[in-house]
Amino acid sequence: MLLDPLLDIRPAAREISGSGSVTGSEASLPAILTTPARLTHLQRLEAESIHIMREVAAQFHKPVMLYSVGKDSSVLLHLAMKAFYPSKPPFPLLHVDTTWKFREMIEFRDRMARDLGLDLMVHINRDGVRQGIGPVSHGSAVHTDVMKTQALKQALDAHGFDAAFGGARRDEEKSRAKERIFSFRTSSHRWEPKNQRPELWSLYQGRIHKGESIRVFPLSNWTELDIWQYIHQEAIPVVPLYFAKPRPVVERDGTLIMVDDDRLPLRPGEVPEMAWVRFRTLGCYPLTGAVRSTAATLPEIIREMLLSTGSERQGRVIDQDAAASMEAKKQEGYF
Amino acid sequence: MLTDLDPATAPADAATEVQAYLARQNGKDLLRFITCGSVDDGKSTLIGRLLYDCKCLFEDQLASLEADSGRFGTTGAGRLDLALLVDGLAAEREQGITIDVAYRFFTTDRRKFIVADTPGHEQYTRNMVTGASTADAAVLLVDARKGVLTQTRRHSTIVSLLGVRHVVLAVNKMDAVGWSRETFERIAADYRVFAQRIGIDEVTCIPVSALTGDNVTRPSEHMVWYGGPTLLGHLESVDAAAEEKLGSFRMAVQWVNRPNQDFRGFCGTVAGGALCTGDEVAILPGGRTSRVARIVTMDGDLETALPGQAVTLVLADEVDASRGDMIVAAAGRPEVADQFAAHVVWMDEQPLLPGRSYLLRAGTATVGAQVTELKHAINVNTQEHAAAKHLDLNDVGFCNLALDRPIPFDAYADSRETGSFILIDRLTNATAGCGMIRFPLRRASNIHRHASKLDKAARAGSLQKPCVLWFTGLSGSGKSSVADRLEQELHRLGRRTMILDGDNVRHGLNRDLGFTDEDRVENIRRVAEVSKLMVDAGLIVLVSFISPFREERRMARSLVQDGEFLEIFMDTPLEVCEARDPKGLYKKARAGQLPHFTGIDSAYEPPDAPEITLKGAEQGTDAMVAQVIGELRRREVI
Ligand SMILES: Nc1nc2c(ncn2[C@@H]2O[C@H](COP(=O)(O)OP(=O)(O)OP(=O)(O)O)[C@@H](O)[C@H]2O)c(=O)[nH]1
Ligand SMILES: [Mg+2]
Repeated sequence: MLLDPLLDIRPAAREISGSGSVTGSEASLPAILTTPARLTHLQRLEAESIHIMREVAAQFHKPVMLYSVGKDSSVLLHLAMKAFYPSKPPFPLLHVDTTWKFREMIEFRDRMARDLGLDLMVHINRDGVRQGIGPVSHGSAVHTDVMKTQALKQALDAHGFDAAFGGARRDEEKSRAKERIFSFRTSSHRWEPKNQRPELWSLYQGRIHKGESIRVFPLSNWTELDIWQYIHQEAIPVVPLYFAKPRPVVERDGTLIMVDDDRLPLRPGEVPEMAWVRFRTLGCYPLTGAVRSTAATLPEIIREMLLSTGSERQGRVIDQDAAASMEAKKQEGYF
Repeated sequence: MLTDLDPATAPADAATEVQAYLARQNGKDLLRFITCGSVDDGKSTLIGRLLYDCKCLFEDQLASLEADSGRFGTTGAGRLDLALLVDGLAAEREQGITIDVAYRFFTTDRRKFIVADTPGHEQYTRNMVTGASTADAAVLLVDARKGVLTQTRRHSTIVSLLGVRHVVLAVNKMDAVGWSRETFERIAADYRVFAQRIGIDEVTCIPVSALTGDNVTRPSEHMVWYGGPTLLGHLESVDAAAEEKLGSFRMAVQWVNRPNQDFRGFCGTVAGGALCTGDEVAILPGGRTSRVARIVTMDGDLETALPGQAVTLVLADEVDASRGDMIVAAAGRPEVADQFAAHVVWMDEQPLLPGRSYLLRAGTATVGAQVTELKHAINVNTQEHAAAKHLDLNDVGFCNLALDRPIPFDAYADSRETGSFILIDRLTNATAGCGMIRFPLRRASNIHRHASKLDKAARAGSLQKPCVLWFTGLSGSGKSSVADRLEQELHRLGRRTMILDGDNVRHGLNRDLGFTDEDRVENIRRVAEVSKLMVDAGLIVLVSFISPFREERRMARSLVQDGEFLEIFMDTPLEVCEARDPKGLYKKARAGQLPHFTGIDSAYEPPDAPEITLKGAEQGTDAMVAQVIGELRRREVI
């Protein structure tokens, strides 16, 4: 993917260096300041996220980055590479694997960790596996709780992580819109939405007692459009499932479910059809709805998103369980 | 649909069309604003209205809004309750109020917006402060039926103190007052008078109805008498870019990047001024200077870094800098001091007590700090300055602070980033308060420069090592008599001494203090500071105060150097003290006339490891004095 010249990542710097010799002597300073140089929207967002990541690296003993393999995680990871360059990010990646992710997600995950030379930890709730918990047999609520929320808590406790990055954005959902960037969790991982720490200016306050932790959301102020635009601008790799191509799907309760392996029991009369589809958001495959689409390039995806009349969460079976369910899940420790 | 893109565009042109659209988006500037004002004035409804009218909502979001309006709505059957778009917490929806800030994003043809919807309830003022700290503009709502209320004034005061540059007064619910011009003009005039008093010079007043949308994004047909802009029109036109008042480079060091022996980079975000390679910089508070060799990013080295950019600096010399230091333009430096005056907004249930030790975070520096003087509290209603002994939750005050060590800073009026701080409770880790620095109280650099040639050893001469003899014990335990006799003995031996006790301190230096908790803390703090000065003067200082709390004695000990503080515990049992009762105080306390009397209804915490313990009930005064003298000789104090 080529960078669009219109979206140069350092237009301001280019403007200035092109405006003559810059020596840094006092005499040349006013000339620079009068240059109406301004950061672009994406540069502002990028800088804010990097600032947040560095605060975490400096304030905590044992941070970890939750890597969920989706587009937001891809951006998060890219920003982490930038924040600590030329060093590697000073924390490992953690993927909580529910064992029901799309196969392409797992391949992509392992390839990214290998290519970037990062430490990737994968945690699976073995108790849940032993009990045979799954989205099809137990429904999305039980599956998500056992294989995601409880699994995440197990992993955080086992390693004693005191800060965990997540890729959640405030524009995703109305209880997310309420959450701080440094979001305090009690020693039992609870979020107390009615008693959040004041968060002023860019002074992120991470002091905690032993056992408590902070969830950190560097992408809080990004929108879905910003994410795609940034992926486009920076040529960030994302899971191919975001791009349309013919895939085997069944239509179930108005949702297109991809038959990713033979664990999805077909209902009477259901025959997988090959259809041009793609995904706007990724999760466990039986819980993630596909959209019919022929958008196979980033500009096409962005265009489709701009013309869409539904939000990205529409495709998530999990969010339609109950009103205010996201807040309740977050209180229990869900990301 | 979020855009004006044409769904019918031919695929070949679609890519170009998207590219052009994205370039436009990326070039847009950003305005951060808040809605604030009193309870139920319609803040959340207004934001909901803006999102709704700007077509920023998806079909599924509208569907759940309809369902929610049926369940929790406050606007009556069949009507959307737009506040439910922003009141996202279960408790908020059930109670129909806002508890914490919601951040929402929307874009118009002109610019991008981040809006923070803040709660009106006084109880949640700290959440409003959170939203205001990063806002360029504030939309202050007033209910046209109620006019300007206390909470309107409180929020205005905070908006002014936090340096929010643009203030809009939105007189809301105009539908409920028959779109009355008189009502609008009366409230606008009222508010303007108040705004002037708190230093808000420019206010734009707009009559609106969040419920119907009049003058929110479209001009009102009901209020043709109003000739000004709509709320959105106004927000699109105010200038968003914060003027760079500072002009000089500032960057707090967040993290030191050391991938290997050959690379040492200082990571941080440019807080002010631009920086070019080759520029001369100073590292504060230390003061070493160097030049910028490289400005490193993963995309390649930059020649110039701009305010707001996150960068990694490599300096030309092997200078040491770490988190908490600030790299600044050598030619335009900030203040460096360990004392300053600041406005403080208190955000904790535990009151702010002068003299109590907090952690202060400014930039990336964390230091111990205390309020040394609470000059006044601000009455948010009248703006009067009132004397105050402490600040309660949501109080605003002006005070002097003293830090453990000097830090670099600017005045808040010049820079939000380098002029702001938060105070953290050491025990609970709560963010307890926030502050805006006005001016330094003394320049630490000057103090070093003027450091006296004579030190305490010189002043003390060869006869004694200056120190504090801190007598602690119950009332009537014999502290004063022993201290008195000991001083006479030291004097006889030719030593230079001074006695501090309740009598000579309470009547003079501490005449303004009573016996409340904050006054007790302050009393001991002043005594400890005075004894420290007297140690500097070369004296042996005998302090006799009940000083019942370990924490206070620890604080006093921490002011002087190791070995200069001898804690002398008058270990006389309560029964003995009470039987002696030289001033009749125990009798009064037992009769309930002296509340909080140590030993009766207020605790005495005995020292864990006093240097000297005197058994007041068993030994005579002379024997105790001899014991102390012996100990002073052993420790080579005399
Ligand atoms: N008549 C009329 N009612 C309004 C208008 N705007 C808001 N309301 C109603 O006023 C009530 C309070 O509105 P909210 O938007 O929740 O008020 P708020 O200022 O956000 O309240 P807090 O955040 O709890 O301080 C609701 O019942 C709204 O429907 C208006 O323009 N006209
Ligand atoms: Mg509200």
